[in-house]
Amino acid sequence: MKTVFRYYKPYIWLIALILAFLFGQAMCELALPGYMSDIINNGIVKQDMDYIWKTGLIMLAVSAGTVLCSLAGSFLASRVSAKSSRDIRRALFRKVTAFSAAELEDFSTASLITRSTNDVQMVQQATVMILRLACFAPMMGIGAIVRALNTSVSLSWTVGLALLVIVCIMLMAFFLVLPKFKVLQSKLDRLNLIMKERLSGILVIRAFNTEKSEEERFDTANVELTKINVFVNRAMSFMMPSLMFVMNGVSILIIWAGAHLIESQDLMIGDMLAYLQYAMQVIMSFLFITMMFIMIPRAAVSAQRIGQVLDVEPTIEDSQKPQSLENHKGVVQFSNVSFAYPDAEEKTLENISFTAQPGKTTAIIGGTGSGKSTLISLIPRFYDVTEGEILLDGINIKDMTQHELRDQIGYVPQKGMLFSGTIATNLQYGKEDATAQEMLEAAETAQALDFISEKENGFDEEVSQGGTNVSGGQKQRLSIARALVKKPKIYIFDDSFSALDFKTDKALRDALKKKVGDSTIIIVAQRINTIIDADQILVMDEGKLAGIGSHEELMENCSVYKEIALSQLSEQELERGRK
Amino acid sequence: MAGKKKGPGPGGPGANMMPGEKAKDFGKTMKTLVRYLSPYKFRLVAVFIFAIASTVFSIISPTILGDATDKVVEGLMGGMGIDFEGLLSILLLLLCLYGLSLLFGAAQGWIMADVSQKVIYNLRDKMSVKLDRLPLKFFDSKTHGEIQSRMINDIETVNQTLSVSLTQIITSFTTIIGILIMMLRISVLMTVTALVVLPLSMLVIRLIVSKSQGHFKNQQKYLGYVNGHVEEMYTGHDIVKAFNREEESQETFEKYNDKLCESAWKSQFLSGTMMPITNFIGNMAYVAVCLLGGNLAINGKISIGDIQAFIQYVRSFNQPISQVANVANQLQSTAAAAERIFELIDEEEEAGLDEAPEKVIDVDDVKGRVAFENIRFGYSPDETVIHDFSFVAQPGQRVAIVGPTGAGKTTIVKLLMRFYELEKGKITIDGYDITKLSRSNLREMFGMVLQDTWLNNGTIRENIRYGNPDATDKEVEAAAKAAHIDHFVKTQSKGYDMEVNEEATNISQGQKQLLTIARAFLADAPILILDEATSSVDTRTEALIQQAMTNLMKGRTSFVIAHRLSTIKDADHILVLNHGDIIEQGTHEDLLSQNGFYTNLYNSQFAQ
Repeated sequence: MKTVFRYYKPYIWLIALILAFLFGQAMCELALPGYMSDIINNGIVKQDMDYIWKTGLIMLAVSAGTVLCSLAGSFLASRVSAKSSRDIRRALFRKVTAFSAAELEDFSTASLITRSTNDVQMVQQATVMILRLACFAPMMGIGAIVRALNTSVSLSWTVGLALLVIVCIMLMAFFLVLPKFKVLQSKLDRLNLIMKERLSGILVIRAFNTEKSEEERFDTANVELTKINVFVNRAMSFMMPSLMFVMNGVSILIIWAGAHLIESQDLMIGDMLAYLQYAMQVIMSFLFITMMFIMIPRAAVSAQRIGQVLDVEPTIEDSQKPQSLENHKGVVQFSNVSFAYPDAEEKTLENISFTAQPGKTTAIIGGTGSGKSTLISLIPRFYDVTEGEILLDGINIKDMTQHELRDQIGYVPQKGMLFSGTIATNLQYGKEDATAQEMLEAAETAQALDFISEKENGFDEEVSQGGTNVSGGQKQRLSIARALVKKPKIYIFDDSFSALDFKTDKALRDALKKKVGDSTIIIVAQRINTIIDADQILVMDEGKLAGIGSHEELMENCSVYKEIALSQLSEQELERGRK
Repeated sequence: MAGKKKGPGPGGPGANMMPGEKAKDFGKTMKTLVRYLSPYKFRLVAVFIFAIASTVFSIISPTILGDATDKVVEGLMGGMGIDFEGLLSILLLLLCLYGLSLLFGAAQGWIMADVSQKVIYNLRDKMSVKLDRLPLKFFDSKTHGEIQSRMINDIETVNQTLSVSLTQIITSFTTIIGILIMMLRISVLMTVTALVVLPLSMLVIRLIVSKSQGHFKNQQKYLGYVNGHVEEMYTGHDIVKAFNREEESQETFEKYNDKLCESAWKSQFLSGTMMPITNFIGNMAYVAVCLLGGNLAINGKISIGDIQAFIQYVRSFNQPISQVANVANQLQSTAAAAERIFELIDEEEEAGLDEAPEKVIDVDDVKGRVAFENIRFGYSPDETVIHDFSFVAQPGQRVAIVGPTGAGKTTIVKLLMRFYELEKGKITIDGYDITKLSRSNLREMFGMVLQDTWLNNGTIRENIRYGNPDATDKEVEAAAKAAHIDHFVKTQSKGYDMEVNEEATNISQGQKQLLTIARAFLADAPILILDEATSSVDTRTEALIQQAMTNLMKGRTSFVIAHRLSTIKDADHILVLNHGDIIEQGTHEDLLSQNGFYTNLYNSQFAQ
């Protein structure tokens, strides 16, 4: 919470000004019934037309004052809320961009997205609400009470009684209806979930002839949702008329009690009518304030969620005195590297040492959870090593800037991830000034040229957000091409060939070898034939290095490797494969 | 309040300021909607009467309240003291009126809640049933998001209109007419004065709406850009970092963010001006009424009570007017939403769903001879995927289908299960044309394991039982054993009662695959369709899957979309597809000796 409040500091004077305007508005609005009372008491009753005119003009002026104050307040409140939210949003985005993968996982990407979008929006709405209504209602309420008491103390019990009844109604709503809203939401979520499942499982559902049972499942959820909806709607349709009834009832009380006071000369007729209006203003303000009690906690939760993100410091930062690379070769050396995820009990990687040389291919293979992907994500410093060090051309990667380190690396993730734009802008992602020729070459090497030229607009074909209009294999090839355009010293392929069929996989590897011969290539793979030709193969098993060497060497002396190889290919094929 | 997701919040009329979308055929849509309402016509008539009654009672009351005031004034001016008895009877009458208004208002809401929710329930139900009757072609042409949006957002829009706006329309109109009559009764001159001032506020509302519409559109637009950018950059976080693009990403973000801020405050401010300005105009009317009323009262033409009542009327005139002004907009967007719902409900269904099948085959008697005879098919008329495909699988044969991506492998099996209709040719099982059977009869004959391992949000037991709802727990466990998943399930804390979570993320990809195999085991169908996974699973699970699939295929005619060499080599027959045609077929050895496309495909993984 505190963290978020910080972002309102620059606007503190504007906020003070808003409060002043709100105060002015409340005062003006409260003055009107008084003048009306004067017109009746001194004008009509005393038959003084001049007085009526004079007071009428004053009323108009006061009314204009209300408008001006309200407009000014509204103007400032809109600006303050929009600008402070802009600042918060910007700070969040900057923060998340600076996060390392560890923090990102800690919050989960989906949660960070909601916090940066919906939660900020929620806070923005609440800000306007608070700056306009939440501050205004108490001013108005207190002002109206003061005026009412000034007009007549002995009538005050009527307003007190009305407030008491309203509190009862509100409490009832609070305990009976509000919890149902939560249930309503969960029933709605349930219905949506079933809906989603039915759409994504349509083939399976039809294949197994389970349409009827799916319809029944949906119907159960539908019936439950309908029931709760009826309850909530009915409760609400009682609420509003009841509140109206209370307000009207109180005016009857005021007239009855007021008449007695008038009879005993303790009250003027105009004052009674003014009192009626004050009573309404008190009740309305009170209703607004209770509504605030429902709105503000929700916004507070959003503010807290935002604050949690802003309070986290990114764990990976550039060193104070960064060294810069002098000879760009691309030698990657792991020495006794161990790694554990934050809060994890066991190490994901233990004591890994190896060197990946330029012009050579280093392949990493192993079962799920053996730590392959974790290992390579240490190289671009998505995570920092827990023990040991990683050297790039002899310099510890922690001692250079992240920017320089990543400049040396062409990274291809496991899942092809593209950004919205065109194919060309995606390929230029690693090198903004890449020429058409460079893109063409990269696409050719990545075996992407065929399908790109089949597209209507070629390289200028639009890519939608999340790359939904490009197939999985195409995405994969485009992310490979993207890395190729960058022409880095080191290539990292995180199981990037899995979405390709064998033929394309093979063609791509052949082309790659020709094009990037002098770079360091590090490949994580599942398929034996993707890596069978690698210069050195690291075999990972439960976070440890189970073997290192060429295919032949490993077949001889590494049982884990042999097991993997034989599960995929027969001995005969493995023989053939080498010829 | 909670639960209303789309609440415009403090922007208040913001939502209404958005230019609404329009229905293509407003009249027809509304007629259809009325048809859904017609079973409740008596209740709706009651709702109308109650709503009008409730409004009428609340409109009369200010006049009566004015009478009460007059009683007090009379007593005061006349000097004879206040007639408390008369006052009491007026006030009691008033209390009755307020009570009746409350009663009718609540009764109206009580009935309407039931009617509107029943209509909504029916609409959802219709859509739900419809989903299972639509051809798969329909789903190919729409994203899941589109369909879901109809079932969620559009339904919500219609719901809102039915449960709130409909009665609001009635009460607003009644209020306007009622107030006009009451005001005219008090004083024609004052009414004219008030009516000269009030249209001003309509004008102002119009002006502000047209001014702010652009800003609202921009706000929506830039909010979309900002959210889209955030989503993209957060999901691609590692790529942004790996390619050193943090700065650019931040710059783009700030550009959108600044524009959003600009349009946000402008639209917020403009919509915020509406209330005070119309209030001011209302106050002008108020002052005018006070002045004129005071004048008239001095001349004895009207009473103080009348002024008081008149002021109340003027005050309550604004709200129904702006509501009525919104009605057109609201009806438009409701019609647009309802139209999309009805479009789905009226969508063309699969052919022959309700006709009795010409032939019913007992699944136990199926031998499993499958024949494709000169079939032609395309997902759209101008794009033929399968040109002329013929093939016969003998009972018990294991058929592997291979070929590059997009060759039509999956299409063949989809046609076999009649997910799509052929353009030409026919498919027979044991000599019977599959179009002569009911779809459920046909699909009973197939067990299916797809690459896409769909599980639902139930327990593991429920998910396996999906293959055969009548299976006993023992049979379920036997199937799990056969699929080599029994061990995994038993090591989970809740065993077979472990819940698969919403995104099915608490189970690994490999285990999901095994579960779908268990499901197919339990279905125990004579013909099998297997789509081998290309996605990465660790090698041990991979071996288990392979073994489980082999077990499953024993003694059944099976079609395997093959990605693994071992599967291909064990197949009795291999179909090599390219561009929707069989270009080669035979056993592994045969095909290799032909030295053609297959040899090429096969060698591409091994040749140096």
